[in-house]
Amino acid sequence: MKQYRYVVAGALACLLSLSASAQQAEPPGPVVVQPGAPGQPTRTLPPSTRATLPPSSPADVKFMQGMIMHHAQAVEMTALIESHTHNKELRSLGARISSSQSDEISFMKRWLAARGEPATPEMSHGMHTPDHHMLMPGMLNAKQMQALKKARGKEFDRLFLKGMIQHHEGALSMVKELFDTAGAGQDAELFNFASDVDSGQRAEIRVMQTMLGEKLE
Amino acid sequence: MKQVNNIAFRLLLTSLLSLCFAASALAQTSSPSPEPDKKAGDKKSTKKDEKGSPFAPEKAPPLPKGMTGSNTNDPRTNLKPGLDDAGEAAMGIKHIRLVKKPDAFQLGSDDPNDPKVNKILGQIGTSASEMAKMKKAEQLVLAQLAFANSDFAFQGNHLFLGNFYGMSIYDISNPEKPSLLTTMVCPGGQGDPSVYKNLLFMSVEMPNGRLDCGTQGFPPPPAAPSKPNGKDDDDNDDDRPPPPAQKERFRGVRIFDISDIRNPRQVAAVQTCRGSHTHTLVVDPKDKDNVYIYVSGTSFVRQPEELAGCSGEKPEKDPNTALFRIDVIKVPLASPQDAKVVSSPRLFMDPQSGTLNSLSSGAIHGGLGHGKEKPSKPRQTNQCHDITVYSELGLAAGACDGNGILLDISDPANPKRLDAVNDPNYAYWHSASFSNDGKKVVFTDEWGGGMAARCRATDPNTWGANAIFNVQDNKLKLGSYYKLPAAQGDTENCVAHNGSLIPIPGRDIKVQAWYQGGISVMDFTDAAKPVEIAYFDRGPIYPDMLVLGGHWSAYWYNGRIYASEIARGLDIFELTPTKFLTQNEIDAAKLVQLSEMNVQNQQKMVWPRKLVVAKAYLDQLERAQGLPADQIMKLRLAIRGAEGLNMNPTELANLRNLAPELDARARAKTGADETRLKGLAEILRNPEN
Repeated sequence: MKQYRYVVAGALACLLSLSASAQQAEPPGPVVVQPGAPGQPTRTLPPSTRATLPPSSPADVKFMQGMIMHHAQAVEMTALIESHTHNKELRSLGARISSSQSDEISFMKRWLAARGEPATPEMSHGMHTPDHHMLMPGMLNAKQMQALKKARGKEFDRLFLKGMIQHHEGALSMVKELFDTAGAGQDAELFNFASDVDSGQRAEIRVMQTMLGEKLE
Repeated sequence: MKQVNNIAFRLLLTSLLSLCFAASALAQTSSPSPEPDKKAGDKKSTKKDEKGSPFAPEKAPPLPKGMTGSNTNDPRTNLKPGLDDAGEAAMGIKHIRLVKKPDAFQLGSDDPNDPKVNKILGQIGTSASEMAKMKKAEQLVLAQLAFANSDFAFQGNHLFLGNFYGMSIYDISNPEKPSLLTTMVCPGGQGDPSVYKNLLFMSVEMPNGRLDCGTQGFPPPPAAPSKPNGKDDDDNDDDRPPPPAQKERFRGVRIFDISDIRNPRQVAAVQTCRGSHTHTLVVDPKDKDNVYIYVSGTSFVRQPEELAGCSGEKPEKDPNTALFRIDVIKVPLASPQDAKVVSSPRLFMDPQSGTLNSLSSGAIHGGLGHGKEKPSKPRQTNQCHDITVYSELGLAAGACDGNGILLDISDPANPKRLDAVNDPNYAYWHSASFSNDGKKVVFTDEWGGGMAARCRATDPNTWGANAIFNVQDNKLKLGSYYKLPAAQGDTENCVAHNGSLIPIPGRDIKVQAWYQGGISVMDFTDAAKPVEIAYFDRGPIYPDMLVLGGHWSAYWYNGRIYASEIARGLDIFELTPTKFLTQNEIDAAKLVQLSEMNVQNQQKMVWPRKLVVAKAYLDQLERAQGLPADQIMKLRLAIRGAEGLNMNPTELANLRNLAPELDARARAKTGADETRLKGLAEILRNPEN
């Protein structure tokens, strides 16, 4: 505050020395204000005010780490397509899912790294690292994955679509849970990302439902 | 940032010159801020582990077959990186000034040697020599979207610049030396503003938005006792108690009274289910007592416990779903505190069957956001991203996710869909603007969501581009695409974004922001052949990783181009004459003076019958060879004569006598030349002094 007064004093000095800037200096310097709730008065904040990030929540980190695992399974599933089916439509769908989920995995890793968080949850409580995935909502369990790996052709197509719909529905519930958690989802990038996941996966579900409907008939 | 600021501040106190700058609240491009690390050239990254860095830019996919990419032989392609000292390239545009982002919108850190920052930098393998530079980049990475500058609006000499963290109000009475008046802290993103008389409107969509503009958001509750065996409660949440509704949360449109520009007061905050990503001010020419706000919400639907009636269900399950609609707020001007949602038009409904979700995307490639490729199958359209209204014509153009739509808004609270189009090249319909005559609409495609590099040499020039549509009998017909012609780097977020018309009579010209692709001025007079006529660009903020930045919006207002730079501040430019644009044309554009400008509430531009407008038409007719050279010379001489002799009666009669022949020639022409000849004849018949 005290320092600011020097700046104001300096401004006055400028005013005297530079008549050209007199007009600019006539009003006092810029103000920093914070409005109140509707109908409430506005507060003046000190000029030294700096921005702060909204509180980060453990749920944010958990969401990102969980979604990395979640997406990794989708990539694993799409990797089967090549050797398991000749369905062209499914192949192109799989390529797109694989590519978008890989991109999103890089984004999530970057987000976590920028915040000094590991890409996978740290296993505490003496829990040993599982050799299978820790299951996030919608992820296929070991039995489902086994069945998918065994299937070929039309049966594979059906299991893949059913599995991927279940998988994507899980992502939607993860997003819902994130935004339903008090204190979560306030980070701008995370908010943006989770909103994209929500609309993107919703759209893919529709596509797969249509494909599945055609296949079943 | 704090470290830099502290040092800068000490220097400020010891330097009168710096004091002057501080006093006028201006940080100039010509005075780079003092930094602790002397910039020792721009050596490439010395990262130990380039490959493993999570910050390495994503690999560009190959150019799809049959597509054309952007030009790599352009002065804009390999500009020097830097936040404060990036290389610049320009054609037909002169950069006047960069006013740096206010400190209140810069991330402050209590500890300049924040151990967390050091830990993060160590983790990504930063060498000690790069540390200082990286720290700044790291701060930017953490800050990027949270304090990003966004859209802006004008009223008189005031510019209202939205920010995810609030709003900055500038005095632009002297565009050469704009000054910051007010920094309004009020987080919630994206901060899209509109202004009407004493009212300022602002969009809020993020969950940290608070009714009281607080910056604290909603702190997470104290950690629950950890679960036995570290087991995750992944099985469904039916047994979970519903989360506590946050009655203090705000997502929707705020309304401020700005009668005192240094002390805006919040008078209303109208809550909506999906918040407000953008909004559009609608002024009904028949209604002097109210204005309307179209709210485009694109994010998740909040829980009904927080706002009654909100449902995110599929329309088959819940016909009252908050998806598949926009919201209309009515604002009584005499009592803005009574503003409320009066309708929620179902713009995507099939009028025959009543199905709410009848529109879908036609994209053959990637969607918005972080994925390159998303499904090609029809994706239902459940939101509008932005709507531009042209009340004088009773029309609006909506950029609505998978579709571009045309609306009849003669009853503003009940817009009716006239037409809808989708496009195989269009991933995400993002914004729209009409030509001045309303016969064309320019849509933009925000492929990649604005956070990604989408102007690389291998990105098709029909993806993430403008699409110019002709409007015929209230139907939209594709003319062509326009994309920033110059290839950009892989650490520059770039895609088509916001712009406005430049009021040059006789031509359709739009200035537009392309994020880190800079600013491009497009002539779309011929919808089939848009061409670039001017540009400005900076190098990437950072060479080794994508740090969000670049121009969000670029708008012409009363003679200057203003552009909001996400990370850097507010840029101001001037057009300069080139072979594509003459001084007469620039001077004619400057004649159009508005008292208020909200770009999404498009106003009809009208030119006074001044001789400079006639001269602009003549320049265009010469360029387009729409008039024989001897005719042009004769007309120029006559105009010069009238100007030189102060419009005396003889000279005026001389001008008047030239009009009939121009009328005759106009009848033999069509399109732009016809308009120019008619306009020219009209001025010559009765020029204004």
